[in-house]
Amino acid sequence: MAGYARVVGHTLHRFDDLKSLMACASPRRSGDELAGIAAETDERRIAARLVLADLPLVTFLNDALIPYEEDEVTRLILDTHDAPAFRKVAHMTVGDFRDWLLSYEADTAALTALAPGLTPEMVAAVSKLMRNQDLIAVAAKCSVITRFRTTIGLPGRLSSRLQPNHPTDDTAGVAASLLDGLLYGIGDAVIGINPATDNVPAYIALLELLETVRLKFSLPVQSCVLAHVTTSIQAIERGAPVDLVFQSIAGTEKANKGFGVTLSLLREAEQAALSLKRGEIGNNVMYFETGQGAALSAGAHHGVDQQTVETRAYAVARAFNPLLVNTVVGFIGPEYLYDAKQITRAGLEDHFCAKLLGVPMGVDVCYTNHAEADQDDMDVLMTLLATAGVNFLIAVPGADDVMLNYQSLSYHDVLGLRHLLGKPPAPEFEAWLENAGWLDDQRRLPPWKAGSRVVKNLLEQAV
Amino acid sequence: MNELLRPSSVLDDSTNDDAAPDLWARFRQTTRARIGLGRSGDSLPTQALLDFQLAHARARDAVHSQADFVRIAADLQPLETIEVTSAAPDRATYLRRPDLGRRLAPKSHDRLKHGNWDICFVIADGLSAAAVDAHAAALVHATLPYLGGWQVAPVVLARQGRVALGDDIAERLGARLVALLVGERPGLSAADSLGVYITWEPKVGRQDSERNCISNIHGAGLSVAAGADKLGWLLNQAARLQLTGVNLKENAPALCAPEPAREPD
Repeated sequence: MAGYARVVGHTLHRFDDLKSLMACASPRRSGDELAGIAAETDERRIAARLVLADLPLVTFLNDALIPYEEDEVTRLILDTHDAPAFRKVAHMTVGDFRDWLLSYEADTAALTALAPGLTPEMVAAVSKLMRNQDLIAVAAKCSVITRFRTTIGLPGRLSSRLQPNHPTDDTAGVAASLLDGLLYGIGDAVIGINPATDNVPAYIALLELLETVRLKFSLPVQSCVLAHVTTSIQAIERGAPVDLVFQSIAGTEKANKGFGVTLSLLREAEQAALSLKRGEIGNNVMYFETGQGAALSAGAHHGVDQQTVETRAYAVARAFNPLLVNTVVGFIGPEYLYDAKQITRAGLEDHFCAKLLGVPMGVDVCYTNHAEADQDDMDVLMTLLATAGVNFLIAVPGADDVMLNYQSLSYHDVLGLRHLLGKPPAPEFEAWLENAGWLDDQRRLPPWKAGSRVVKNLLEQAV
Repeated sequence: MNELLRPSSVLDDSTNDDAAPDLWARFRQTTRARIGLGRSGDSLPTQALLDFQLAHARARDAVHSQADFVRIAADLQPLETIEVTSAAPDRATYLRRPDLGRRLAPKSHDRLKHGNWDICFVIADGLSAAAVDAHAAALVHATLPYLGGWQVAPVVLARQGRVALGDDIAERLGARLVALLVGERPGLSAADSLGVYITWEPKVGRQDSERNCISNIHGAGLSVAAGADKLGWLLNQAARLQLTGVNLKENAPALCAPEPAREPD
């Protein structure tokens, strides 16, 4: 494939190949600069976007950024591409595609029908031509609904993951954070624990704690211990009550190897979880986490920019009908996303790209203490994402994860967003709150009074 | 639905106790998580808000402090130590260039003489000098009794170091196993958390899936004694099976194993 070029003013900007063009068109971020593939000047970045806007979408079917022969994710993307679904936009350039996505014609039904016809590279390309507001407006028109014991992703709703992590997996300590979250009505997407140590006995102990609380209070929730997929498979073989199987994934075969997984191992895990038949209203049994920079940090990005590689991870996710996927957007650190501006942009890109591909996307709105960001910045991103229709957000006690040593959202934040925007949790979970008598006449979950009988009973009963 | 969870009225479900006890007191002993903060409407009460901001300010300050390798070397005696630096010359570069933190500075190459070692301990400052200062030397001392008869290389103290720097160091030293102790990025409630990464046959280019990790060694997390117990067990398993990584599953019955003092011997 010959390169691309564009004259802007008196300068001729040349791009050696498609992946170089994509990298130069990407909004500025430290990870692409670290990889040495970012545009050196702002003008060159816009020159790349001008070329990209004129590029036919079909180019991405004929010019694989990572060769088909070398990478099983590329093979997955091209082998499962739905040509009839693609026909609607097959004649368009990337620029035309942006205009069409923003048009009234591209409504929820049209976007849902189109999803299987899109490849990650097409979606990543069009995102590079979109402002934050465009990413929000189009994502808000997408609908990806999944089910296990609750229904997640319905329009006008906002679900949440309750993340009761503890630095030594102490069951009483985990229970404390779990019960605290329930009192804010958090957890309708999943109650999910990151274990401090990845081993089968610890995994089963945590899972049994979650199962005990779920059954005791008849909670319509699903639980998950976020260990390596092989740990989950072993736990299933030992008869553990596994609802969802978790795995971190990335957008290249080599990066997934860095996580210790292949597509066939993920297929084996999905089959193992399905065999338990624990879903009550649906059978979405997988939970994936992703994040820009994962492939580069494993030395497995093949010279492709981090936003495009991230989008390829969503092709991996959608092959396994997940209940939940989320980007851990600010977790990776300043060498990939330097500051709040880059974290915000990446969070909106990841959500938009996943939704357009038909992936049930949530976001861990978060940052680390070595990044240039703070809780004010998280307030902005969570509000943007809730407006964009994000499937779920993650929350921990007081926004402080004492196991993973980073800051996410507080239970307060998600509850406040639900009330501010009038977005209740999943209907099954909302019905539980209503039947419990926890909602006021405006359907809010008000603060508990000092010495509340409910709080007292919950804390004394649970463990 | 459990009747005990049903308030008589949402707006008045209080008990008749005038002085309501802190219902969370029992749980606060089990976790440093910010539980039971209360609410101002849907937001944080003022005191909780400012407590958080103070902790965040301290964590940010901690990222930029320097490990005291002179004192750590003294604490490690009678073990020999060798000080090296990564290719990242300073903190600012270290934060944005992880690739440099994974390679030795050329000037450090000559300090590492090739030998024949069963294990090499590397202490890298990582993102928390406080963690390394507080726990690293004690963890090395506490782990040695689990390694009877092993040839232990001099302990390498690495400035501006990341996890994979251990591969470069251990390969040059000729060690079959490396245990790299590193300051983990500070959280709000633990700015001194130490992690350990264990790699069999370390060499440049090893992937993270080829390592085993113990994290959260600090005052309120895993104790140094419990960390040493896990580390000793993992190192012996790695040597026995000649591998580390996802295929070395930890079947240790519990994270904080009881002291192995009651073993008949």
